[in-house]
Amino acid sequence: MTILVQDKEVVVPGDTLAEGMGYIPGYGSYRQATKIIASRLGLVNVEGKVLKIIPVSGKYLPKRNDIVIGKVIDILMMGWRVEINSPYQAMLSSKETPEFIEKNEDLTRYFNLDEYLVAKITNVTSQNLVDLSVRDQGLRKLKGGRIIYVNTHKVPRIIGKKGSMVTMIKQATGCRIIVGQNGLIWVDGEPAKENIAVETIMKIESESHYSGLTERIKTFLEEKTGVKLDMTGEKGDYNGLQ
Amino acid sequence: MVYNKRVDGRGFDELRPIEAKAGVIPKADGSAYFKMGKTVAYAAVYGPRELFPKFMQDPKKGILRVNYNMMPFSGAGERVRPGPSRRSKEISMVSEKALSTVLNLDDYPNAVVDVFIELPQTDAGSRCCGINAAAIALADAGLAMRDLVSAVAVGQADNRVIVDLNYEEEHLPEFVDHVDSEHVADIPVAMVPSTGEITLLQMDGIVNREALMEALHKAAAAIPQISAIQRNALKQKFHGETGEGLNGNNGHNGQSAGNGNSGATTQTAPADNESDSTDTGADLTQG
Repeated sequence: MTILVQDKEVVVPGDTLAEGMGYIPGYGSYRQATKIIASRLGLVNVEGKVLKIIPVSGKYLPKRNDIVIGKVIDILMMGWRVEINSPYQAMLSSKETPEFIEKNEDLTRYFNLDEYLVAKITNVTSQNLVDLSVRDQGLRKLKGGRIIYVNTHKVPRIIGKKGSMVTMIKQATGCRIIVGQNGLIWVDGEPAKENIAVETIMKIESESHYSGLTERIKTFLEEKTGVKLDMTGEKGDYNGLQ
Repeated sequence: MVYNKRVDGRGFDELRPIEAKAGVIPKADGSAYFKMGKTVAYAAVYGPRELFPKFMQDPKKGILRVNYNMMPFSGAGERVRPGPSRRSKEISMVSEKALSTVLNLDDYPNAVVDVFIELPQTDAGSRCCGINAAAIALADAGLAMRDLVSAVAVGQADNRVIVDLNYEEEHLPEFVDHVDSEHVADIPVAMVPSTGEITLLQMDGIVNREALMEALHKAAAAIPQISAIQRNALKQKFHGETGEGLNGNNGHNGQSAGNGNSGATTQTAPADNESDSTDTGADLTQG
């Protein structure tokens, strides 16, 4: 029972993580005879006896209850088809809107082609058919602002613990920001401030794998905006929806 | 006379100098560059993404689709006629089969992973070089894989079993008068390094049983060296980024901001490691 890797080490598929039966393979690893072997590119996470891999790349796989940002790509009889930056398209039914939509009503009045919206995934089937809903607080059409794409696996870093990171960017720049779990981020504010917010998000994306990220981003934002940040206050909602 | 010295002065079991890099194509989901001697391969992975035409979809698991392409100016002599040919279609198919055994696409029903292997310069061993690049690119795309796949060509030139043939050796009768084509064989082999499974085995030419077995043993000895270089290329991608970040002088876009210092470190570092690994093949067998 020996572990051959350190916590946070980069591993490649086929790398042996541990030998002997003392460890348990978690996500992104498998057991072959007595060895535990990595099956994904990523950083090792040692949690007691469980060895799992935190992936660093790959496409977004839809998950139930995720908040995502999508683009309307088609209008059907009873709803919309939405592109959510994943291998699978999502369906937003006209029954899943806050207001009641009559039969035969013109659906473009609610969401038209090429418009972006923030929605929640209500269901994902085994064949990865995805259902969306906009019947919750904060879920709506996104008007104005801009959409940026980031690596899906960096989204938790951009949100921060209980939304601390995104709240910090919002406080410093005064922008409205919504982070979709699928790697799309909506930023809306004054043009100059918007640029700072986008730059900060890109910085988080490229530097997310070292410690002291929050501190570094805080000083970066204070330098750029001249706003003194006080992060002891109340924290925002998970995706920055409030 | 026997072939007692190789055309390029290498040892009989020695690989050509190898260079590898992961993440070279920003728009792709995963990509890699792999160079063996004068053969250069780029692999780009797109997906998993929706598969059309719909009848090709597999509702049980995602499929892999490999496209091997030699660029018109890449060959050692004549211009290669662009577009799919009998040869490139076959190589696409065998590369696909060589790679799909390690790949797990159960999470992506009805989807496809596209791999494009492009060869801007070739000097024999192009399908092996392509497979090596594609394996790195697939791992870089974050797909679930049992292991990487490494490939090398072994063969025989004038009764001598050799590893990693170049163009002259593959076409020895054209270059050396006394050698006839009966004594030349080219055997591309792809293996899963950790288990030793052979996922690609082709042969062009004639060898006897002893020579074939000897060639396969030599391939098995060379595979771990290649695998170590592939692994190193993937890890280097992160160390490169780490280096830039710690210097604190990078722009907001880590990969495209190739400013003087950090760019230099990221480029020289893999080169050093690779020359080490090719020289000291013995230490790397565990890698």
